[in-house]
Amino acid sequence: MSIDTQISVEDLKRTFPSPDGGEDVTVFEDIWFKVEKGEFVCLIGHSGCGKTTLLNILAGLDAPTSGGVIVDHEEVTGTSLDRAVVFQGHALMPWMSVMANIAFAVTSRHPDWSKENIQKHCQKYIDLVHLTGAENKKPSQLSGGMKQRVGIARAMAIEPKIMLLDEPFSALDALTRGSLQDELLSICYGTSQTVFMITHDIDEAMLLADKIVLMTNGPKAKVCEIVENTMPRDRTRANMHRHAHYYPIRNHLIEFLVNRSAQFEAELSSKDYDPRHPPVTRPGLTKPSAAVAQATDAPGGETETAVQALA
Amino acid sequence: MTLSLRMRAAVLSVVLFLAFVAIWELAVISNSGGSGVTGMSAEYAALMGATAKGASAMPGPFTVGEEIWKHLSDPFYDAGPNDKGIGIQLGYSIARVFVGFVLAMLTAVPLGFLIGMSPLFYRALDPFIQLMKPVSPLAWMPLALYTIKDSTISSIFVIYICSVWPMLINTAFGVSGVRKEWLSVAKTLEVGQFRTAIRVILPAAAPTIMTGMRISISIAWLVIVAAEMLVGGTGIGYFVWNEWNNLSITNIIAAIFFIGMVGMLLDLGLAQMTKLVTYED
Ligand SMILES: Nc1ncnc2c1ncn2[C@@H]1O[C@H](COP(=O)(O)OP(=O)(O)OP(=O)(O)O)[C@@H](O)[C@H]1O
Ligand SMILES: [Mg+2]
Repeated sequence: MSIDTQISVEDLKRTFPSPDGGEDVTVFEDIWFKVEKGEFVCLIGHSGCGKTTLLNILAGLDAPTSGGVIVDHEEVTGTSLDRAVVFQGHALMPWMSVMANIAFAVTSRHPDWSKENIQKHCQKYIDLVHLTGAENKKPSQLSGGMKQRVGIARAMAIEPKIMLLDEPFSALDALTRGSLQDELLSICYGTSQTVFMITHDIDEAMLLADKIVLMTNGPKAKVCEIVENTMPRDRTRANMHRHAHYYPIRNHLIEFLVNRSAQFEAELSSKDYDPRHPPVTRPGLTKPSAAVAQATDAPGGETETAVQALA
Repeated sequence: MTLSLRMRAAVLSVVLFLAFVAIWELAVISNSGGSGVTGMSAEYAALMGATAKGASAMPGPFTVGEEIWKHLSDPFYDAGPNDKGIGIQLGYSIARVFVGFVLAMLTAVPLGFLIGMSPLFYRALDPFIQLMKPVSPLAWMPLALYTIKDSTISSIFVIYICSVWPMLINTAFGVSGVRKEWLSVAKTLEVGQFRTAIRVILPAAAPTIMTGMRISISIAWLVIVAAEMLVGGTGIGYFVWNEWNNLSITNIIAAIFFIGMVGMLLDLGLAQMTKLVTYED
């Protein structure tokens, strides 16, 4: 494990008892990947493949059936204030105002702080997500996007080492989603925050992530490959699509979501797949002709760009 | 001109009330027009025995209104054990309900928390709750009198027993229904168990708990009248029983009115408190 690795997911497996009393259902198994310090990693996979389950295990809210998660050289055995979670539903307490929701988190992190101190700290994060003026509103008085922002502010206000986000923008329209993505990006890059985020939106992943982990369909989902985003970090929603790497990466991801995620078993047998080192690809660096070839005959096309994960 | 629904309802209420009073008055007049006892049913006459003679014992609405006014203008006089103002009698009843209710709350809410949070306790205690819940609280009265021997404490005990179940069941239901994600939030923030209970579970379950309290206070108020009829001494239930012995139908009807008023106010008070803890999701 390199010095800069912050999260190391090792041989993770999670099963649930089958609803009809039969054999346990394996949601995912053989999951291995790493997240470096300051890295923004997105996890993409179809609905039901086990993304939320995986994130809950990273958070310490759920325990794996076997395998483990190492964070900062220590195995995760429970929740920690060092890992903040933004939940798939916003999970705000409806009886608390915006300020109280965030203050609840800040008081948990700094029980010894004075009221004014906590208030000031909360205000900073309320301002950061552009909710100034809504401090005393209850969640029911906020729009969906505002609620999501409160959820993000609450997670950031405890200044965690790692942020875990579960489809934080999924319920939003394109416009709100875009501005929230920009906000998140500027905040995370500014503080070189380690982020692990689930999404099903390809463009979102390409805008935000340094690395995109592709998960195959469940049951028995696996990490199919890890795509490196080779576009420069100063990319924006407005200029990203002009970058030469944009379409090759996008096609590669669509190809994965449309075809490969469901046929991974077949793909597995045709090459030597090592779950400990899922292939790392850089579709942005392939020659355009190769990218097209790759999009048409899926498996095997990316072998020339496949790079083994650095151990 | 169209009046608001509220106004029309109020007008209709007044009309219905006036019609009720008119029918009542007419019925009483036509009854007393006959020659005394003939207006009563044979059974009733037998029950009234020798004391039933002359004019109808059934008072008209104005007699009752006058009586209510009399009670209201001097509610707190005390002229011996059998003659106390209605305010004092109601006060006794309210105090008993209050003490029994608060004691029930102090046990039901913590116990409900335990049951709601622990599936083990939920299953273990469920048969007892299911068995005890349908028992009429008055069935406990002889047992209470036998063991406690004090009539006031016995009636408080009966109030306790009848208020405890709705609060217990609603608290357990509210606590077990707290959204998992709120608990997850508390967990990821490393919030301790006690703080989670106070800051997350309690406010989340508060509307359900308050609904249980509202049911409890209504039942308690129903039960106290019967309990006081049984044990006697003081209280509005005893007052009603005493007036029945005095054959003062006027006072019985006045008491029914006061019992209704107090019950309504108790319910309104708790409804108001429920509003305070209700949140919009
Ligand atoms: N507590 C549970 N008991 C049994 N099965 C569960 C439980 N939680 C999740 N599952 C199953 O595990 C699988 C993965 O669920 P999960 O919520 O992780 O999916 P997801 O990838 O987050 O989906 P989505 O994109 O729709 O949020 C599903 O098939 C689900 O039915
Ligand atoms: Mg999910």
